[in-house]
Amino acid sequence: MSDPTQHAHDDGQHEHSHDGVDQIHVSLKGYLTGFAAAAFLTLLPFWLVMSGAFSKTGPADAFILLLAAVQIVVHMMYFLHLNAKSEGGWNMLALVFTIVLVVITLSGSIWIMYHLNENMMPSMMKDVRNLP
Amino acid sequence: MSDMTMTVSGGSGAEATLRFHIAEDHHPENATLLGFWLYLMSDCLIFACLFATYGVLGREYAGGPSAQQVLELPIVAVNTTLLLLSSITYGFAVLEMQHNRRGPMMAWLIVTWFLGAGFITLELTEFAHLVSIGAGPGRSAFLSSFFTLVGTHGLHVTSGLIWMIVLLVQVGKKGLVPANKRRLMCLSMFWHFLDVVWVGVFSFVYLMGVLA
Amino acid sequence: MTLHSPDLAKLIFGRLSLDDIPYHEPILIFTFIGVAVGAIAVLGLVTYYRKWGYLWNEWFTSVDHKKIGIMYIVLALVMLLRGFADALMMRGQQAIAFGAHEGYLPASHYDQIFTAHGTIMIFFVAMPFITGLINFVMPLQIGSRDVAFPFLNNFSYWMTVSGALLVMASLFIGVFARTGWLAYPPLSELPASPDSGVDYWIWGLQIAGVGTTLSGINMIATIVKMRAPGMTMMKMPIFTWTALLANVLIVAAFPVLTATLALLALDRYAGTHFFTNDLGGNYMMYINLIWVWGHPEVYILVLPAFGVFSEVTSTFSRKRLFGYASMVYATVVIAVLSYLVWLHHFFTMGSGASVNSFFGITTMIISIPTGAKIFNWMFTMYRGRIVYDVAMLWVVAFIITFVIGGMTGVLLAVPPADFELHNSLFLIAHFHNVIIGGVLFGMFAGVNYWFPKAFGFRLDPFWGKVSFWFWVIGFYFAFMPLYLLGLMGVTRRVRHFDDPSLQIWFQLAAFGAILILLGIAAMIVQFAVSILHREKLRDSSGDPWHGRTLEWSTASPPPPYNYAFTPQVHDIDAWWQMKQHNWRPPMQGFLPIHMPKNTGTGVYLAVLSFIFGFAMVWYMWLIAAISFVTLLAVAIHHTFNYDRDYYIPADEVGRVEAARAGA
Repeated sequence: MSDPTQHAHDDGQHEHSHDGVDQIHVSLKGYLTGFAAAAFLTLLPFWLVMSGAFSKTGPADAFILLLAAVQIVVHMMYFLHLNAKSEGGWNMLALVFTIVLVVITLSGSIWIMYHLNENMMPSMMKDVRNLP
Repeated sequence: MSDMTMTVSGGSGAEATLRFHIAEDHHPENATLLGFWLYLMSDCLIFACLFATYGVLGREYAGGPSAQQVLELPIVAVNTTLLLLSSITYGFAVLEMQHNRRGPMMAWLIVTWFLGAGFITLELTEFAHLVSIGAGPGRSAFLSSFFTLVGTHGLHVTSGLIWMIVLLVQVGKKGLVPANKRRLMCLSMFWHFLDVVWVGVFSFVYLMGVLA
Repeated sequence: MTLHSPDLAKLIFGRLSLDDIPYHEPILIFTFIGVAVGAIAVLGLVTYYRKWGYLWNEWFTSVDHKKIGIMYIVLALVMLLRGFADALMMRGQQAIAFGAHEGYLPASHYDQIFTAHGTIMIFFVAMPFITGLINFVMPLQIGSRDVAFPFLNNFSYWMTVSGALLVMASLFIGVFARTGWLAYPPLSELPASPDSGVDYWIWGLQIAGVGTTLSGINMIATIVKMRAPGMTMMKMPIFTWTALLANVLIVAAFPVLTATLALLALDRYAGTHFFTNDLGGNYMMYINLIWVWGHPEVYILVLPAFGVFSEVTSTFSRKRLFGYASMVYATVVIAVLSYLVWLHHFFTMGSGASVNSFFGITTMIISIPTGAKIFNWMFTMYRGRIVYDVAMLWVVAFIITFVIGGMTGVLLAVPPADFELHNSLFLIAHFHNVIIGGVLFGMFAGVNYWFPKAFGFRLDPFWGKVSFWFWVIGFYFAFMPLYLLGLMGVTRRVRHFDDPSLQIWFQLAAFGAILILLGIAAMIVQFAVSILHREKLRDSSGDPWHGRTLEWSTASPPPPYNYAFTPQVHDIDAWWQMKQHNWRPPMQGFLPIHMPKNTGTGVYLAVLSFIFGFAMVWYMWLIAAISFVTLLAVAIHHTFNYDRDYYIPADEVGRVEAARAGA
């Protein structure tokens, strides 16, 4: 039987090789690549909107959202160090599940609320949105 | 692992050698980073609700100012820059942490803190300005959802700043012990996660709001 | 500058005044006297027997998942009494309030009662019940020594208690919400509900919700990280699977509740316009958001109950669970689909055909995996040697009752039918049919099944069966009339009726409620008799039912460390296989076991949260600010404690194991 007191000296920080912290691979190159990509993906839409290059049409919104999506992926990869293997794939699984739910919540809510007045009589709908 | 290949249906006999307990010291993996990631996912859904609310109510100006009238992109551009810079400085802190260099790690963390504090200061200035021109959160559903979405992100950044101070003290006292390293990695995830949310905020609220 | 005394009183007491104590309401006075006498008796006994130190050291500050699980279930049972008292009062009122007779409850009181009944039954009975059962059973089933974050577990529990206490406080200080259990705006907005009621509701749920979300994260991390070696995902016991998916849903859904309640709170406290009638607010957005949480919540409750039924059926049929893989897939499919059906709670909002048909169809699809599960249970029983112990009786009652409830649910999923039945007593009958017949029966089966594991002796089967029959028959008397009344067009939450022809059905329902009361009384007798006769009911084997999963391989009650040696798993029915191989617990070679230390921080944080919530309800801004800052300080202080664990020496482990073998 081993002596339990030998464990008592390590001040409660029993660390084992499978800790997780050391498994994360970070590198200066990774951070700088991510930063450069993120900076570009931020500057581009700001410039497009602030310079007035965008007209007020739907495709502009879609393009902004697309850039945002790409930038989020960049952040996830280079700053949050997410890949299919971290934490045995559970991080990625949790993220994918969350994204599905976020999309359901967002698009579902907007879809439902857009339909709010579907069965109202058209004459009653006049100017309702402009009421104070 | 040879015992894994045996048939296990029969019962007694040859398979009696099957091992049913671990005689050695056994420790499960540390779950902190996974647990914190799960927390971030749940936080993601809080933001999803606030984004959905903004998506539904964000055009309900109720006769008050519209997004185009009150949102000022130059401030947001500066703010975004600050947050983005704070992300890379936190990254530098993590790099120093991995090399067990406590001094430089803390220095980069302090730089990160000031960038974050600058972000909050600018955001509060923007909010104060809006309130002063009568565009406070009680003016219209648009402003309610705007203040709540952006404010919740700001509240998270503020919690991150408080956490950063606590961690600086703890690293100062205890050094880069494994528990502190784990906490630094959690805060790192938190900080970069807030960046991700901010990408959504500046795209969905500010840029698209100004365009509309 | 000096403060005048009215200012000072306002600063400290906010809007709370003596008038908020309901001393003019006899029912509440009697309740208060009853509660006070009971509380003094309990506190007096604890003091007399000098058990405070024991309670504090062994239970309140414990980070042992087994003790926390038991405390959750005690909370659920206590709150069940409160919630059921509300139900009994409603049934009594509706049975007599016809024509000239106004009944005995004034409208303002009746409205509080139905709100409190729903809130308490879902948040403080059903939720603690499933969290408690998961807490106790799941780590044992996966061969683990504790959960991933033991302190967080203790903290989560006390936050739930804190929320429950805040709701209970509304009984004697101020009022509770009169809005229905989900507090729909604009009724729950400040102009229509200016008093403390909705605020109690908001803060009670917010505080408990923090606990629930953290506990969900904790349980997922535990299942992912702490399974015994060899236990792959597809070798996990089915209860653990349902626990995993229920907690995934908790982590996915409770943040939505938190956000929604926060928006309502902002409307009430900060004057925003999310759900108001004016300035662009849209109260349908609240109803949309709350059901994004609300529908997954239903499955959070019922999935673990399904897990219990699976374990009990397979154990008492002496057979391996039929269709394990299909059971797992069905659970996963239910969990995902539960996030796609929320609009069926408000078909009457009047959205277009596309929205209504989408959500109607997704709702109907859920019944497919659920039906698959029903068949799996029946095929498990088919040709099994079924032992009709109390737990198994609950399973049989569940299958019959739940199928009825499920079918009425599919009826409600048809939008045109729902237009007729929305908010009618048909709906009330339906969801009680599935929540009582599904969740509650499941929890009772679970309590009867795992009680011997928790305490080392079985529950008395005779009183268990008495309770079972009163409950089941009482359930049918109480709720079948409501289906009829609903079809006749009676809506929910009505205090008084004019049509005398309806009265007989309400009297039948009240009779059913009295039968359920007898069922609950028999349950209390069952606990008392079992404790008195514990030596006769003692189980020294640790495996009284010839179980199949790992929790039955250790002692009853399990030692603090659960397993002296971490089990190695090869099969879904790991313990069954160990028995087949005549495995015996090793009696030597013990190693010191690494365990977390107890801490009182969870209790302190929960007390501070209670003070904060109470202060927010009554606009006591100063106290709210102080308690919030203290809360942060205590939490931060806790992080400075790096010395959180200790070792149980090997020879002590050896002594405990030897004592078990000798018993």
